[in-house]
Amino acid sequence: MEQPRDIASDIVTPMIRWPRGYGVFVGCLLAVIAFAAYAWTQQLRFGLGVTGLTRPVFWGLYITNFVFFIGISHAGTLISAILRLCRAEWRRPITRMAEAITVLVLFIGAGNVIMDLGRPDRALNVILHPNFRSPLLWDITSITTYLTASMLYLYLPLIPDLAILRDRLPRRRWFYRPLALGWTGTPQQHRRLERAIAIMAVVVIPIAISVHTVVSWVFAMTIQPMWHSTIFGPYFVAGAIFSGIAALIVAMAILRKVYHLEAYLKPIHFNNLGILLLVMACLWLYFTFAEYLTTFYGHQPEEMAVFWTKITGPFAPYFWAMAVCCFVIPVILLGIPRLRTISGTVAASGFILIGMWLERFLIVVPSLINPRLPFPGGVYHPSWVELAITAGAFATFLLFYCLFIKVFPIISIWEVQEGQERGVDETVERLKTYLPTAVSQPPQPATSRFQTKWS
Amino acid sequence: MVSRRALLQRAVVAAGALVFLRRAPTAQAASGQEADAPRPTHTPRWGMVIDLDKCTSCQACVVACWAENNQPLPGPEAHRAGRVIEWMKLLSVHEGSYPRVRQRLLPIPCQQCDQPPCTTVCPVFATYKNPEGLVAQIYPRCIGCRYCVNACPYTCKFFNWSEARWPASMAQELNPDVSVRPKGVTEKCTFCHHRLQRAKEQAASEGRVLQAGDYVPACMQACPAQAIVFGDLNDPASDVSKAQDNPRRFRLQEELGTEPKVTYLSEA
Repeated sequence: MEQPRDIASDIVTPMIRWPRGYGVFVGCLLAVIAFAAYAWTQQLRFGLGVTGLTRPVFWGLYITNFVFFIGISHAGTLISAILRLCRAEWRRPITRMAEAITVLVLFIGAGNVIMDLGRPDRALNVILHPNFRSPLLWDITSITTYLTASMLYLYLPLIPDLAILRDRLPRRRWFYRPLALGWTGTPQQHRRLERAIAIMAVVVIPIAISVHTVVSWVFAMTIQPMWHSTIFGPYFVAGAIFSGIAALIVAMAILRKVYHLEAYLKPIHFNNLGILLLVMACLWLYFTFAEYLTTFYGHQPEEMAVFWTKITGPFAPYFWAMAVCCFVIPVILLGIPRLRTISGTVAASGFILIGMWLERFLIVVPSLINPRLPFPGGVYHPSWVELAITAGAFATFLLFYCLFIKVFPIISIWEVQEGQERGVDETVERLKTYLPTAVSQPPQPATSRFQTKWS
Repeated sequence: MVSRRALLQRAVVAAGALVFLRRAPTAQAASGQEADAPRPTHTPRWGMVIDLDKCTSCQACVVACWAENNQPLPGPEAHRAGRVIEWMKLLSVHEGSYPRVRQRLLPIPCQQCDQPPCTTVCPVFATYKNPEGLVAQIYPRCIGCRYCVNACPYTCKFFNWSEARWPASMAQELNPDVSVRPKGVTEKCTFCHHRLQRAKEQAASEGRVLQAGDYVPACMQACPAQAIVFGDLNDPASDVSKAQDNPRRFRLQEELGTEPKVTYLSEA
């Protein structure tokens, strides 16, 4: 039996502690970001010529990162919204850290598109001269909507926690007081907040699905071989949720270690998410198989050129590494209950993240290497600038997350408290409503039942 | 205090006025400009026929295009990196296998599609099909996302990976009619659109309509074998319409439905 805990202090205490490791880690991140910034100045000065891009491989790492990061963003809002709507009680300690991933990673995804532009100084042209027939503009519309909705969805459940912080941390009062919007925790405030959260949870799901569908349409709407595919929308969304859950599990494991949240993030949370991840791994294999088999069976020369480049050609090592990382390893680690431990799910998630990045890369580059007309096919070796900026993108995300966890409670204090105070009873009550009403009088003897049945 | 309804009404009126005011002067300017020149009888649709039977693969068209359109001088480095910009280029197609192998060389300019896959995907209208059927590129608006480049099934659009450079001795040799593209934007064959502008101005100054032969692109002018025919596809009597009417005709990747306005005549 665990001792009763003061949840608020458990979660607020690490926020105001600044261990040395934190400083060192943030320093390392800043160093990587500074190097990436230097690489970007080189790119701004000399043009995209400093990348490894060529004709016909006009898109490379930046677009791969864009698709990957936008995919990761599905970790948060979508999963949190689905779990909330399903009233999965185990969601309580993980929704906040998931929603934070969404909001922060969207900036990184969008930033990678800016990196990819030949003329980033003209990026605002997409607002000044928008062409709504372009899937890129659908992307911009969809992603900005998603960002707005996700921020709102992150902020709403934060309000009661901000009020707790306002009352607990007098030195940061100036910051939390306006953000808490005068929350005092009256029943009326609670009713309104829960209603707003419920509405947002319903609203963000279609928006989240639209986001990665539209990202896939950037490729699928062209007539390029192995991009022009009708299943790209759902294929990308499934992949996005897949990589999103993996990112969430990794984040949970790290936070559990550094913030000592063992009492909150228990093996059961990893187990449940691990099962979800296993389902997504199977779905991913299904989509991948359907996509490649259709291409292979149709046997169109242009598509087959791309197909063989991936299966046996220069990209084969990446392709098979992807298959192992996204399916073979996760299914072994997550499918066998004995291996579905915390370290098992985290290892599977790590491999999935690598595999899904490779998948995005394999969608972007091999199609471009094999143009329809038999021009000498391109080769693509990313330059140090692209690698530095990619590293910078990952470092910036980690930095944002590191700052976020020091400013906002990474576990929703009031929701966990609510779970302790009301959740158990509510769940019991709910479970009772699923079952036939218990009969108050004692059951009749078996013989009499047979008699009625056969008489 | 203004009610919400009144505020909305005012906003709508203001927006309407703004749209009207912005449109009115441009409409006047356009009508004033066109009043002097005699109007052509129909809108032309510029197209090209390349006769592969006459083509000797001498690449005069490639060089002429390069010089005419201020394309940067590709050094060995650009070649190695695969970053050569050549609006007109030769595509080598191998047929058969050893010992009966045969190589064909096709000159490929922008196919100037009637259903261009590149224009719809541009997020900022930097590339579009103009009323005379030319697929144009607005360099000062292009944001360099390279979506159009990737959407083109003919790989006929080019990106300025770095600042265009010429040796100092060539500084005076650039064509003043063609803008030098900055780094970071996409560019493409325009069927020497600047020559059309010139020809139109010339015709207007002489008080006549544009005639066949007033406007020819540099590649056609340079072709020693006269393998390239150019003109108005909407005029059934034009050379290009007649040249097109040939059983040897084919268009590249016609099955994609892009409706290219460049037609090839296969080798007999």
